Amino acid sequence: MTNATLSRRAACRSRDRYGFRTVAQMEWRKLRTLRSTWFVVVLFGAGMIGLGVLAMTHEGYSQLSVAERASFDPVHDSIFTGLLLGQLLAGVLGVLTVTSEFSSGMIRATFAAIPRRPLVLAAKAAVQGAVMLAAGEVFTFLAFIAGQAALQAPAPHAALGQPGVLRAVLLAGAYPGLIAMIGLGLGAVIRHAAGAICAVVAVEFLLPLLVAPLGTSVQDNVVRFLPEQIAALSLTVVRPEPPALSPGAAFALLCVYAAAALAAGAWALARRDA
Amino acid sequence: MIEARGLVKCYRSTLAVDSLSFDVQPGTVTGFLGPNGAGKSTTMRMIMGLDRPDAGQVRLGGKTYGELRWPLREVGALLDAKAFHPGRTARAHLTALAASNAIGRQRVDEVLAITGIEKAADRRAGKFSLGMSQRLGIAAALLGDPPVLLLDEPANGLDPDGIRWIRNLMKYLAAQGRAVLVSSHLISEIAHTADALIVIGQGRLLAQTTVARLSARASSLEEAFFQLTGGVTDYSGSL
Repeated sequence: MTNATLSRRAACRSRDRYGFRTVAQMEWRKLRTLRSTWFVVVLFGAGMIGLGVLAMTHEGYSQLSVAERASFDPVHDSIFTGLLLGQLLAGVLGVLTVTSEFSSGMIRATFAAIPRRPLVLAAKAAVQGAVMLAAGEVFTFLAFIAGQAALQAPAPHAALGQPGVLRAVLLAGAYPGLIAMIGLGLGAVIRHAAGAICAVVAVEFLLPLLVAPLGTSVQDNVVRFLPEQIAALSLTVVRPEPPALSPGAAFALLCVYAAAALAAGAWALARRDA
Repeated sequence: MIEARGLVKCYRSTLAVDSLSFDVQPGTVTGFLGPNGAGKSTTMRMIMGLDRPDAGQVRLGGKTYGELRWPLREVGALLDAKAFHPGRTARAHLTALAASNAIGRQRVDEVLAITGIEKAADRRAGKFSLGMSQRLGIAAALLGDPPVLLLDEPANGLDPDGIRWIRNLMKYLAAQGRAVLVSSHLISEIAHTADALIVIGQGRLLAQTTVARLSARASSLEEAFFQLTGGVTDYSGSL
């Protein structure tokens, strides 16, 4: 009978309860069976490399002043524009991963299968974080390499062996993945795609603009802590200059933001009715 | 199999479910009846641990939903017909859910066959008709071969053939010893399938009875149902 087959089947399994591994398998299948995931990854890659090449072919190094030449950073210039697109795509993908489940009603099927809701969010974060981290690192390296190839003499070229260059490329590549985590967390708190996308775009693009009129002292004290400026001033730069945070501190702070967003999302999912 | 005790659920100032207690036995189809807005879906969501009761609790074979070790293998549910991402194929949807409870891929093929949607398995579910979506929802409910099934208005959107199929399926599942709880706002729809009845109105239990006993109360089963629910309809027209 069915109960007997059930218990026999259950006995064949080494583990006797769902856990992170089985939930992550579900989330991986969900992520990879949507076309939009791969559309985002392809657009991300094309954008990173294309914008890197575009930026570097239009450097116009020979027209720069002496001061501008001194601060010329061929690493930052080859990857930063692409990262702006990357953070938008990653943030939106993170948001949609959660909000599309709420809008379709899929979330109830998910939570019926796995009642421990924070575990579901953790599995989503692990799977999506891994995909976006891998994509981010690969595309940032490719953008860096293609960008250097597109840069014309007499501009100085960067090589991975030079001090700070490998660090800048590696940390920059991790940036979109961390932004995706912020998107996931905001999506779990807000639940509606439009609202959550607005929130993630505000964090990425609007906050730096909003603090601009507050004067330079506020700007120096606030702007360097904002995610986009962390990428602009600390992560992608070979030699960050004060008041920008050091790359290590900036990266740690970004990880704190991602963890805080996920914690808020897990709390909201566990507390509210599905 | 299902024991609900003193369930209360409020939404702001509305009392959706009010001290509701009932039992659902294995081996029978239990009809869960009540007018629109009576609290049937809310109760089903509370059984599934999706909505948290403000008071009371539900136990499934002695455990709360959150304590189940492999929830899909213990309870299968069809709550809303379109509880899937429209961009995913039926097979991808089922395979993902199966993975969460360590259910093999072979079972996905089995439930696709049971529900008669194998031919559509690799089409995106967003293109499905309501009847096909309903079948996909039932396929998901059957994934874990569970001893308890909750079906919220499963005949919605099914053609007459489909309605007969779902009635037979429910009887078959109950005959295998499972507890089947099926909600409806139409007594006529349930009368053919259910043995036991739970009737609620405005969130309160009106009767826990059987089809036979209810129909003995008045000239017809429908008449008995209207007498029972007469005072508790939230939305009634006038003619």
